[in-house]
Amino acid sequence: MAAPLDGNSFATIVLVFISAAFTDNILLARFLGMCSCLGVSKKVDTSIGLGAAVIFVTASTAALNYLVYTHLLVPLHLEYLRLITFIMVIAAFVQFVEMVVERFSPTLYNALGIFLPLITVNCAILGISLFMLNKPYGFFETFIFGLGGGFGWFFAITLLGGIREKINETVLPKGLAGPGITLIIIGILSLAFVGFSGMIKI
Amino acid sequence: MIAEVLISAAFLTGTGIILSALLVFAEKKILNYGPCTIDINNGEKKYTVTGGTSLLASLAANDIFIPSACGGRGSCAYCKVSVLEGGGVISPVEEPYLSDEERKQQVRLSCQVKVRNDLKIKIPKELFSVKKFRGILEHKKPLTHDILELRIQLVEPDSIDFTAGRYIQLESKEYKGKDAVIRAYSISSSPSDKTHIELIIRRVPDGICTTWVFDHLKEKEEVTFSGPHGEFNLSDTDAPIICIAGGSGMAPIRSILRDMKEKGIMRPTTYFFGALTQNDLFYVSELQKLAEEHPWFTHIPALSNEPEDSGWQGERGLITNVVAKHFPDTSKHEAYLCGSPGMINACVQVLTKGGMPEDRIFYDKFA
Repeated sequence: MAAPLDGNSFATIVLVFISAAFTDNILLARFLGMCSCLGVSKKVDTSIGLGAAVIFVTASTAALNYLVYTHLLVPLHLEYLRLITFIMVIAAFVQFVEMVVERFSPTLYNALGIFLPLITVNCAILGISLFMLNKPYGFFETFIFGLGGGFGWFFAITLLGGIREKINETVLPKGLAGPGITLIIIGILSLAFVGFSGMIKI
Repeated sequence: MIAEVLISAAFLTGTGIILSALLVFAEKKILNYGPCTIDINNGEKKYTVTGGTSLLASLAANDIFIPSACGGRGSCAYCKVSVLEGGGVISPVEEPYLSDEERKQQVRLSCQVKVRNDLKIKIPKELFSVKKFRGILEHKKPLTHDILELRIQLVEPDSIDFTAGRYIQLESKEYKGKDAVIRAYSISSSPSDKTHIELIIRRVPDGICTTWVFDHLKEKEEVTFSGPHGEFNLSDTDAPIICIAGGSGMAPIRSILRDMKEKGIMRPTTYFFGALTQNDLFYVSELQKLAEEHPWFTHIPALSNEPEDSGWQGERGLITNVVAKHFPDTSKHEAYLCGSPGMINACVQVLTKGGMPEDRIFYDKFA
């Protein structure tokens, strides 16, 4: 792992966020977290719900996993166990959050609660935790990186939800309806996101 | 090398244990709602339960059994109850199962309502008398190629009180990767036989419960069920009766007929039994005997798919046509139907066309 960036200047943070959200969009540039995205993007409402839950979980687990990695795995020379350890941390964290939300905010639980178990196995979240290791980030930047990555996913699924709501009102050839047209839309969207690539290098 | 393997194994086990322990601890601490009271029908019954589990499970722990077939997964929508206070908002799982009318009456799926605080609920009074029964399968007798008669001897509790026409919910056991399920079957035996119940079960291709009954359940084995459920029973008017049922739908009708015989109720009754061929008829001699001994009863089997040259002397054709032929005017009658939704809808159409008001048609739909 490279040395942390110099300082926590505001500009760096904005750059980290934007690069994670747009140039390295986890859904459209890396094609991770596709299963829950295809399943839940039928409506904008649910897309926003799941997206918000993903933002929260990616940011928190990126930070948590950063701590676990630097303070547990590196000193013990167990870096090669990062994948399985991260999965366990993410799963436990999601369970924990579900309990807290259920107990203290029934409204939030009804809005987000049902999405939380879906997230446990969302590879976008594991992806963010693994990609942060290739970046020269410190703790705070990692958190922002997770936040940005989650936001990118949220942004992509909301876009997709909006487009699918429109598409549902039109008549499609039978073979194209459903997952077919959705994958094509994702392809076109990701072409658009290629335009961002190389804009920022961090 | 070995040290490395051991360290990583130890690390993973340790992390797993620590995380699980934290979660268990958190669940105890965070999801502890303390004692909550459930007030049923405005103070008629009150229970204090430990919060955190579903309303369905909390009621079951207090011997109130709300009908439920899916085991609390929120997919059968049988377990509806009115939650007047403390139910919280309707969860997305419940959304598709609740009509506008039900929302107005604050109906919820009790398996999806978690007891988090004091609740006020309303349930049909007769659910208080629903019990869980354990029994022994006394015999399993084929009636046709795809219909079985089950006779269950009650063990704990050892007797049952029910009105003819009620159904029970039979619990299947796990087999070959299939989950245990609960399915409703009408009681076909007479209410006077309090120590046994009889069921008529038709094999549903790939049905989880009927496959269990047909292929896995053996005589002398233990079975569990809850009951009596339902609102299907003979009214207390004097109107002449038309019964229509085919296949295993005969069960509640048979129970009602036996009950009428025993109690000396002599309302003119005609029972139309719809089947495909002669091979699908059953209890023929029992019903014939009843008709011979009791002038108030007429049995009319009708076959829709019997070969022309079979020598069948009885009625032929669709059951609805046969009913219309015998009763062009149904305005004075009451009707009792049991069968598939399609058959019931067709019969209701024919009966109302003959002048029968819809509130005098009683039925049990088995999907």
